[in-house]
Amino acid sequence: MHSATTLLPDRPTADDASLADRATFVRTEAIRLIEIAKVGHYSSVFSAAEIFAALYYGVMRTDSANPAWADRDRFLMGKGHAAVGLFPILADLGYFSREVLDSYTRLGSPLGDHPDMTKVAGIDFSSGSIGHALSNGLGMALGGRLAGRDFSVFVMLGDGEMQEGQVWEAALAGAHHRLGKLVAIVDRNGFQLDGSVDDVIGIEPLGDKWRAFGWEVHEVDGHDASAVRDLLRALAERPADAAPSCVVAHTKKGKGVAYMEEEPGWHLGYLVPADAEAAVAEILEGGRA
Amino acid sequence: MSATLTEGSWQYRGLNAQNPGLDHLSDGLLDLVDAGHPVVAGTADLQYSNGLVKFAERHPDRFVQFGISEQNMVSAAAGLATTGAMPFVATFASFLALLCCEQIRMDVAYTKLPVRLIGHHTGIALGFYGTSHHATEDISTMRAIAGLTVVSPADGPQLRAAIRASAEWPEPIYFRTSRGRDPQVYDDDVVFEFGRGIEHSTGTDVTLIACGTQVHPALRAAETLRAEGLSVGVIDMPTIKPLDRSLVLAASERSDIVMTVEEHNVLGGLGAAVAEVMAEAPSRARLVRHGIHDEYSLIAPPTHLYAHYRLDAPGIAAVVREALA
Repeated sequence: MHSATTLLPDRPTADDASLADRATFVRTEAIRLIEIAKVGHYSSVFSAAEIFAALYYGVMRTDSANPAWADRDRFLMGKGHAAVGLFPILADLGYFSREVLDSYTRLGSPLGDHPDMTKVAGIDFSSGSIGHALSNGLGMALGGRLAGRDFSVFVMLGDGEMQEGQVWEAALAGAHHRLGKLVAIVDRNGFQLDGSVDDVIGIEPLGDKWRAFGWEVHEVDGHDASAVRDLLRALAERPADAAPSCVVAHTKKGKGVAYMEEEPGWHLGYLVPADAEAAVAEILEGGRA
Repeated sequence: MSATLTEGSWQYRGLNAQNPGLDHLSDGLLDLVDAGHPVVAGTADLQYSNGLVKFAERHPDRFVQFGISEQNMVSAAAGLATTGAMPFVATFASFLALLCCEQIRMDVAYTKLPVRLIGHHTGIALGFYGTSHHATEDISTMRAIAGLTVVSPADGPQLRAAIRASAEWPEPIYFRTSRGRDPQVYDDDVVFEFGRGIEHSTGTDVTLIACGTQVHPALRAAETLRAEGLSVGVIDMPTIKPLDRSLVLAASERSDIVMTVEEHNVLGGLGAAVAEVMAEAPSRARLVRHGIHDEYSLIAPPTHLYAHYRLDAPGIAAVVREALA
């Protein structure tokens, strides 16, 4: 059972400028793909763009030529509705073609609103029903340790997702089984469908909750891609039997398009081409700032 | 300090010693490990109830205690399966097939991961523990999940054989098992084949199609009825999905009545699965579905409940006589 991992390749090494560029790419591509579907989760992607970029261009060991590589790092999304921000990265890294990317949501496409591991190379676990992903990742971390493999499992959770009871079942078990390779990343953008998380069902003090559950907690500016990269790279090196880590990433829902930052309704919506163009221009302008 | 107790007193951790039938689950898993399979077993605070304590003692590194978090256990089993492990997770059927229904659908079945779910203490086996602990809907919910195989072994040896055979079965599986006190139907060397019913006998008056704990009383009821001059066949249908259609159709050609017997609501269970096959094909026989008729069970010791719901041998024989009258 213990087939020790040997000679893992280096982690990706994107510098600060290219990480920022890739985060901009996530936002503009999400706008472009949502134009195809004519509905999509803009602001959920925008809060997570730097985290996606940091993970795939600066932290995770992956191999698009061998998506099932047993030693790869894993990424799971509890907030699967932000997958339209991840698909462009997977295409960019060569998991599938631009043609496939542009089939987003069309009849028979592998790419829908939520990520599907049975259809999309590079997706480590399917999601869509909020609250499962940390448990799925927990199982992966258990399996990796049993098999003597050194991969890390990053699980992005929405802050609204903290309201799901199963998350806390997994939090208890992750700490109890000391799964040091399990990293939860909470996209603390403050909003969910019905309003502010604090108004719907409050979750603070969030860091204290995770600490009380036995996790090592870190807080980071989720839009500082370089800081996210450096933190996650460090956490990926923790021993397999350490306490698991939780990163509370402070983000802005809709980050990059001013009117979305002010209006939680943009969790789901559609921009006609003229407005999409203006939003892209604003994002590009912000990306250069 | 241990108290000196009178013979007959017992406590929870003595369940296995008291009830060797519980060993079959662990024994099946140990067979798989011995054959080189990467088994990982999980429990949700019920290792003495399901007998996994035996497996845990032999292979502590392959055993995961999840505590009272059934949904977490099922989702984690799916994650484990992605790493090449062969996870078996067990809890009471009422919790597994109802509380975790959505995790099974999304994380296990839709993803096509080879997770093995063991729902134990099915039906009304938990007697006076009450409705929360009864599982009379699990066949129905699990059967409706696309891509999920549903197996209801008749006894411990058949369960152990089915677990061994599962190594070659690529689909996720829901095993519906009882509480390890079931009378034995098969010898220890019984072989299990997924998707195949077992024809114990054939008859022209009635064919009983039973699954799980109902196979043994169905066989005994048939003996009683034969002594009364009736021609009675018995089929054990351990794989409820995919169902052995040809065996159902053969019985419906041969017999006046096909009667399903299950420790489950007649809505959605084995009776419904057989009805679907018979309704879609020319069928000579009339179908009678025997089981729990869309109600919640009374409180009583299990044997009293089986008698009350006519799910023991005399009860099954009585239902057959009424159907033929």
